[in-house]
Amino acid sequence: MSDVTLIEAVNMALAWEMAHDESVVVLGEDVATNGGVFRATVGLKERFGCKRVMDTPLAENLIAGTTVGLAVQGMKPVAEFQFMGFIYAGMDQIICHAARMRNRTRGRLHCPAVFRAPFGGGIHAPEHHSESTEALFAHIPGLRVVIPSSPQRAYGLLLAAIRNPDPVVFLEPKRIYRAVTQPVEDNGEALPLDTCFTLREGDDVTLISWGASLVETLAAADQLAGQGVSAEVIDVASISPLDRETLLCSVAKTGRAVIVHEACRNGGVGAEIAASLAESAFLDLQAPLVRVTGYDTVMPYYRNEQRYLPQVADVVHAVEQVIAL
Amino acid sequence: MKDHYEFRVDSLRYLDDQGYALGDLPDVAEDTERLLAAYANMVLTRTFDAKAIALQRTGQCGTYPSVLGHEVIGTVIGQAMARDDVLVPYYRDQAAQIQRGVTLTELLLYWGGDERGSAWAHCPQDLPIAVPIATQCCHAVGVAAAFRIRGEHRAVVCCLGDGATSKGDFLESVNLAGAWQLPVVFVVNNNQWAISTPRSLQSGCETIAQKAISGGLPGVIADGNDFFAMTSALEQALDRARHGKGATVIEAVTYRLGDHTTADDATRYRSADELKHAWERDGVKRMQNYLHREGFWDAEKEQKLQADCKGFVETAVKAYLATEPEPATAIVDYLFESLPVALQQQRDRLEGKPGGDQ
Repeated sequence: MSDVTLIEAVNMALAWEMAHDESVVVLGEDVATNGGVFRATVGLKERFGCKRVMDTPLAENLIAGTTVGLAVQGMKPVAEFQFMGFIYAGMDQIICHAARMRNRTRGRLHCPAVFRAPFGGGIHAPEHHSESTEALFAHIPGLRVVIPSSPQRAYGLLLAAIRNPDPVVFLEPKRIYRAVTQPVEDNGEALPLDTCFTLREGDDVTLISWGASLVETLAAADQLAGQGVSAEVIDVASISPLDRETLLCSVAKTGRAVIVHEACRNGGVGAEIAASLAESAFLDLQAPLVRVTGYDTVMPYYRNEQRYLPQVADVVHAVEQVIAL
Repeated sequence: MKDHYEFRVDSLRYLDDQGYALGDLPDVAEDTERLLAAYANMVLTRTFDAKAIALQRTGQCGTYPSVLGHEVIGTVIGQAMARDDVLVPYYRDQAAQIQRGVTLTELLLYWGGDERGSAWAHCPQDLPIAVPIATQCCHAVGVAAAFRIRGEHRAVVCCLGDGATSKGDFLESVNLAGAWQLPVVFVVNNNQWAISTPRSLQSGCETIAQKAISGGLPGVIADGNDFFAMTSALEQALDRARHGKGATVIEAVTYRLGDHTTADDATRYRSADELKHAWERDGVKRMQNYLHREGFWDAEKEQKLQADCKGFVETAVKAYLATEPEPATAIVDYLFESLPVALQQQRDRLEGKPGGDQ
């Protein structure tokens, strides 16, 4: 077992699955010789050849649509989009075809594809390189939207995403691509999709988050523990379909919830979670649900990105508010 | 750099508008059985088409896109493809789909608002029709890439209209097909109209076939109402594809003799004269004339074929109208391989709901 970063875990999962399943192929811009702009696919071309690791022309719509064509033929394509800000050109294919193929052929064809994209801010990237628009995909029936928040979950969830017979949008929080290392056993063991992960148990408040925002959420839980507040921290991980059960059970126990995400607040996945809790756990709630999110604005250029991103103090402050009630 | 670069687009035509041979015909002319089978499929398609429109007009079918004027193109595609090739159709490919084994009942179910209309039993790998314009071109290169990866000598035929050639999906796919030398044949059904937008406003290109050149592919024009021109173009392109020589774009020139769909009224934007002139070039009549003149066809055979086609269509219509709607739960049951827990409650709500519209 070796200590690896999140991006290395992505690479490990791809290599494992390619070695064990010939139908797994990788395609995207600069994924072969260059190993991807973040090096997620480094070494794969050398190991598995350029028939299975394919540099595509620079056209995201084409990448998404070619992925659909490969998938309906029984291949298991893993398409890389260099940044989430560029995946939009491929959304027609993902929404109109990948997500609907099984349904519109009544199971005659299906689309076992993974659409990978790094997302989120915090790395001083140029314009269009820092957005968190996961809610756009969570809204689409027929898609799974999965977001890892650690090297171990990146490994296990990516394996699960590739093995899943339906399309998965796999969003990688690039701010924590190399932030921490974690021991990851390269044993091909997948983690479950459609399941939240409880990262820390607590009794006073439930902190719900995903992706890179879990860094601030966990740090806030640490700080709150020092103040005598016991916070349960849940990594939603699969934002669609949503594991409401785990969230409801936690809130039934704590009576309070704070939802933390980097994306804009308006129409964000936090709103769906809050609505679900309000609908099904209203009588358990001892305080209003609170969201700590990005602002409803264009992602600022990097000089101001920290002012946009939820900070530890924002989470702590929100918890103090709900605890006071 | 060279001093100059030259490209050319060949144009194929073997029959004149009345079905007289303009010169030597390709070898397929010797295959009488195939010619008769082709003509039968054209007539069946046309009979089906008229019935589907009638069903829509009487409230028994949803919006339907007429295939009138495209019967030759589709028939040739269906005949020239091998069973294990993959057809990637758009919504005016009924003639090809019928040849591939999609049943008339399935076609009616699809346009009659029932997803089972794409659960074809007889051509399990063919793609369902793509409604969003040109998106299927990207699927076609993906399917072809799968063949290449697995080393299979199979080909993909991807159909689209002239309007679709304005979209990036087509151009990006042509580009990839060239870069990866993929076994694809793009058949552009140039029927002169994209709803109300005429070919002249669709592109400044003199031909659509020349768009192939931008991706490094050969582009060829064939008279889409000429069985021999279409067969010749398609067989050459399929042969190239199967022998690792890459993709081809065929511009099949025809005319949309009907409205865009039953929701359209083409008299708003094109003249009766233009339509009348287009009917004079009708490919089905042209084929009939040719067969007649060669002694393969007569009024009696025509009468019997018409009656047979009518019978097939009536049987299919009966089966379609007798098909009960799926249970309400079907609307969530095919979203994923197995129902996610998150959807269980919604499925419970659907259980026991009365059935959908007939």
